[in-house]
Amino acid sequence: MKMLQAHKKRAPMTSAEKRRTVTGYMFLAPFLLLFVTFTMIPIAVAMGLSLTNYNLIEKPEFVGLTNYINLILEDDVFLKSLGNTLLFAVLTGPTGYIASFLMAWLISLMKRGRGAFSLAFYAPSLTSGVAMATIWLIIFSGDRNGYLNDFLLNLGVITEPILWTKDADYLKWVIVIISVWMSMGTGFLVFLAGFQNIDPSLYEAARMDGLKNRFQELRYITIPLMKPQLLFGAVNSVVGAFAIFDVATSVAGMPSPNYEAHTIVAHLYDNAFIRMNMGYASAVAMILFLMTFIVGRICFYVFKSED
Amino acid sequence: MRSVIVDTLTGKRAHRKVDIPHILLVICMLALVCFTVLPMVAMVCRAFMPLDELYVYPPRIFVKKPTLSNFSDLLNSLNASAVPFTRYIFNSLLTTGVSVFLSIFVSCAGAYGLSKFKPKGSKTIFAVITAALMFSSYVTQIPNYMIVNGLGLVNSYWALILPKIAVAYNFFLVKQFADQLPDSILEAARIDGAGELRIFWNVAMPLLKPAWSTLAVFSFVSNWNDYFSALVYINKDAMKTLPLALQSLAGGAGVVARSGSVGAATLITTLPTIVIFCILRGRVMQTMTYSGIKS
Repeated sequence: MKMLQAHKKRAPMTSAEKRRTVTGYMFLAPFLLLFVTFTMIPIAVAMGLSLTNYNLIEKPEFVGLTNYINLILEDDVFLKSLGNTLLFAVLTGPTGYIASFLMAWLISLMKRGRGAFSLAFYAPSLTSGVAMATIWLIIFSGDRNGYLNDFLLNLGVITEPILWTKDADYLKWVIVIISVWMSMGTGFLVFLAGFQNIDPSLYEAARMDGLKNRFQELRYITIPLMKPQLLFGAVNSVVGAFAIFDVATSVAGMPSPNYEAHTIVAHLYDNAFIRMNMGYASAVAMILFLMTFIVGRICFYVFKSED
Repeated sequence: MRSVIVDTLTGKRAHRKVDIPHILLVICMLALVCFTVLPMVAMVCRAFMPLDELYVYPPRIFVKKPTLSNFSDLLNSLNASAVPFTRYIFNSLLTTGVSVFLSIFVSCAGAYGLSKFKPKGSKTIFAVITAALMFSSYVTQIPNYMIVNGLGLVNSYWALILPKIAVAYNFFLVKQFADQLPDSILEAARIDGAGELRIFWNVAMPLLKPAWSTLAVFSFVSNWNDYFSALVYINKDAMKTLPLALQSLAGGAGVVARSGSVGAATLITTLPTIVIFCILRGRVMQTMTYSGIKS
């Protein structure tokens, strides 16, 4: 209180403003304390650590950009994990995002059965990747007892069972399919709420102005009005798409054979908590941070609201 | 179902030639729903399958003679071992429950303070929190481990709770919802002479109910399913949460032993999030309406 009064001399505030600020921060204090401790300071610390060698026991030793240089020039496993992460992100992020947008749109147009359809579509994103992996491993089992092999053998598409999770080429696709399955709900609820919230009279007016069908409505009215929801959904998809880990390790093991399913987060975990190279792992974390943040910022630009 | 959608898509009632693209859309939609639902159906059925059906060839998705023996196997035979399975259920329930409860309280108070008092600097704070929506929790994991380790909390329940209370996503949801609450109700309470804490607790919290119910759902789902935190902070068997315990039970890729118990454990791990979502679905939809980001 006294500090704030002293502060008043430098930047004059009315007493009402002062009261608001004091009360506001009183409510904000618990959140801010924890947020600064477990999010903001850690980001700064991770940045700092990425420039050091640190094993949790000895004091961190400053090494400049060596970790980053080693990651890019020396560490083949990192490059493999980067490639896998980008592949998974490019395939699962947009697929899940577009599928959930289309599904929310179609459901919003339905007259009956909305609840059941939304639940059926959204339920996978509520599940634990580690838990569902036990089912996926049976679906993609390499012998005749696997559901997928059994199905394809019956159809006559294949004559021999395929080793879905052992063969490197198939393994990546298996992880993509499971990740898509889990990510389809990310933006779904936001989109569904967005569709429900658009004033129907806008569509009537547009129809008078010559819009012919639902697709044109989507293009000229719905999408422009839903930019804030589209952005929120996009940001969540981006964060999720770059962070694929649970599914990949549960299906392929940790580390996966030949690092075929190694992702950036797996590389981070491996270096930080198995090899105790905290500095090196922090450099991995910073690269993940930059990738997510840059793509997130691009989304902010693409879905800029015009008001 | 098909005709309903065709009608609504064209916006016209029957007597119209059926449109091929629309039918294709409906087929895609049903195919997508099959894709999302079939693994869940298999998961539920396997939990109730007797052993002979689990190993039968050709493999079955649907259960013929449902039984509860997988559950009793899971709870009884494993209860005889060092750490009973019920302990993992308890660990998950406790850490998730406390995280959700504290996150609701801390996020609502913060979002209310920011939205309704607009203290000096609130724009900057909100901009930082919005930017933090893009921080993956993995990025902060190493410094967080150092903090938790420094506080001596490794292998404790607090390790799974403390770092996950102040989540940008949760704050953001409540703040967007709080913005559209009319200030007049709060002013009226103020004129009646109520204290600020009282107004928050008795007036604002009930008004924010849809927002914090939604937060409860998302926070429950993410904490319940969180595998990485437990992997990093917990190495004592008795402190493991369900995802970690289930993974050791299943034994990783290629292990077929204990299929029945694994099926039951998978259902126990998966079901609570779906049940919570179903209960609070209406409120979630009410909140998501306001969740967009205006950039």
